[in-house]
Amino acid sequence: MTDTHTGTASVPGAAPPSSGALAGTAEEAALIRGARARARRRRLLILLTQVALVAAVLGGWQLGASSGALDTFTYGSPDGVVKQLRTWFADGTSLGSIWHNIAVTMQETVLGFLIGTVSGVVLGIALGRIRALADVMAPFIKAANSIPRIVLGSMFIIWFGLGPSGKVALAVVLVFFSVFFNAFQGTREVDRNLIANARILGASEWRVTSHVVLPSAMTWIVASLHAAFGFALIGAIVGEMLGAQAGLGQLIAQAQGNFNADGVYAGTLLIAVLALIAEFVVTRFEKRVLRWRPAQSAGDGTGL
Amino acid sequence: MTGTARDGSGTPAAPATAAKSASKSAAASASEAASAAAAIELRAATKRFRTPSGGVYTALRDLDLTVAPGEFCAVVGPTGCGKSTTLSLISGLERASAGRALVHGEPVTGIDPRVGFMFQTDAVFPWKSVLDNVAAGPQFRGAAKKEALSRARDWLRRVGLSGFEDRLPHQLSGGMRKRVALAQTLINEPEILLMDEPFSALDVQTRQIVQDELLALWELTRPAVVFVTHDLEEAIALADKVVVLTVGPGTVKDTFRVDLPRPRKVQEIRFQPRFVELYEQIWSSLRDEVRLAYARTAGDAPAPESAPVPAPATASGTPSPSTSASSSRNSSPTTADRAE
Ligand SMILES: Nc1ncnc2c1ncn2[C@@H]1O[C@H](COP(=O)(O)OP(=O)(O)O)[C@@H](O)[C@H]1O
Ligand SMILES: [Mg+2]
Repeated sequence: MTDTHTGTASVPGAAPPSSGALAGTAEEAALIRGARARARRRRLLILLTQVALVAAVLGGWQLGASSGALDTFTYGSPDGVVKQLRTWFADGTSLGSIWHNIAVTMQETVLGFLIGTVSGVVLGIALGRIRALADVMAPFIKAANSIPRIVLGSMFIIWFGLGPSGKVALAVVLVFFSVFFNAFQGTREVDRNLIANARILGASEWRVTSHVVLPSAMTWIVASLHAAFGFALIGAIVGEMLGAQAGLGQLIAQAQGNFNADGVYAGTLLIAVLALIAEFVVTRFEKRVLRWRPAQSAGDGTGL
Repeated sequence: MTGTARDGSGTPAAPATAAKSASKSAAASASEAASAAAAIELRAATKRFRTPSGGVYTALRDLDLTVAPGEFCAVVGPTGCGKSTTLSLISGLERASAGRALVHGEPVTGIDPRVGFMFQTDAVFPWKSVLDNVAAGPQFRGAAKKEALSRARDWLRRVGLSGFEDRLPHQLSGGMRKRVALAQTLINEPEILLMDEPFSALDVQTRQIVQDELLALWELTRPAVVFVTHDLEEAIALADKVVVLTVGPGTVKDTFRVDLPRPRKVQEIRFQPRFVELYEQIWSSLRDEVRLAYARTAGDAPAPESAPVPAPATASGTPSPSTSASSSRNSSPTTADRAE
């Protein structure tokens, strides 16, 4: 019986059975080495192609701009964007230091993301668990969800003024709905056997929620977080564009007002960098909370 | 409906062959004696479900079942006859539509802390480590974390999983996961243990090993057990009493006392003449139900009278393992293979 506790028992917490690379005869080792080399070569090739693509686009843009084929007033130019960024970071912007503007936008985004996520998860699980509550709330949630968010931006400026709270509110609304629906669905999909098991083992309703429903629905919730952070950023930026004292959105809006194409591109670039960093953080978080799931089938693409 | 016609045979005293009556009367008297202090009692329990189309489906009708403290009772019956439903009534996960469910003489009103339940499909928590899974019961019941963990380590040792504390369920084999589930259930030291085809997903060899482990663990605390299975061999090897249910709506057709000595070794007991004898008796009672159930799903095609059991029925009512000529009734080729 491979199944009975003999040899392996002496290696507590051993890594999950690996792909059998250890078993190797010389022939297998050669095969693995060959496959690795092929994979490495392929990755390198892809990277080179990507760099070439970027170089071609930026080079073409730059060439067009400096030769006069592209109107720099309308389309800007790569060196104009670089110059704009250098000015912002060295001398600051019309709205104060660039770091201050980045900080303001990030603060609004992160705050909106956190509040929206927490309230979306809490309400999603509550409505998913309590049937009557879901039935009562359904029409209101559908109605609220059907309002175009940009309208809310104007509403929030009237309510909260030009400060950051209006932007946070807009981000919260955007994040809330994307997280809420996933948390709700995730709660509905929890394996009934697991809930029954927890109840028989002695779990209170609260413990069932925290020990079974939340971890189980986490797969759904985390899937929504990637989009949710993007929504939070959109909420903050759009809010700032509609009216603010500082922030990247307002910076872009002003550049647009001054017909400064390079400024618009530079602001966009900064936002893209922020979004990529956030995506990285969310992915790390996802890997952490979903560690318990079996590895996705051959996701690493080294295809032996 | 065929089920209605069979109602008469639901009474325990239903006359049958002379060979059967000896073991049956023993079972009847035992259950009567036990009823005063029965661990589990279902009295004329009926369960109806609303069907999605708005109708009502009767899953159980007038089911009587008594299990004494420390008794190991196996319930067999064709697929869909209401075996799982029976367990859910005892556990308090579902309420009886009519009749009563009693645990230690008290009506079941909700989930009883004295009850443990092992489910058919994996119900261990996939995001908890093996140790945390086993410690879940005491923790849910308010034990301090440290105490829960040390008790869990104890139980992991008992089911032979020391060294696997930090593994996640998906990193274990099917047999190991079953042992985690067993430890998770038994750590609460239930007085009543309900098991719903717990080992049906395991291969034959692993299943026999886990069955032996279950018997050894059961001897430690001796809870009253209701063990649902569609595997008659498993039922006889483990139980003191085998209850045969009719096709749905399920009700008790026959009760057989299994007078094989304990302690038992599941792999060896199958070759005892008494085991084979019991197998034939119970199978002759179960066979009709299995055929009826099969006929229903096969669009009421009547099964040939004396032909070997149809294939799906063979799968659910495991063929006799005996090599003796007396089991020639089930002389399908698979029988011979399985006996080796
Ligand atoms: N929650 C439910 N709603 C409707 N019908 C159900 C429900 N649970 C079980 N049934 C029906 O009751 C019958 C008995 O089910 P079950 O007890 O699961 O049978 P089994 O003997 O195979 O365990 C089946 O026909 C099943 O379809
Ligand atoms: Mg079942």
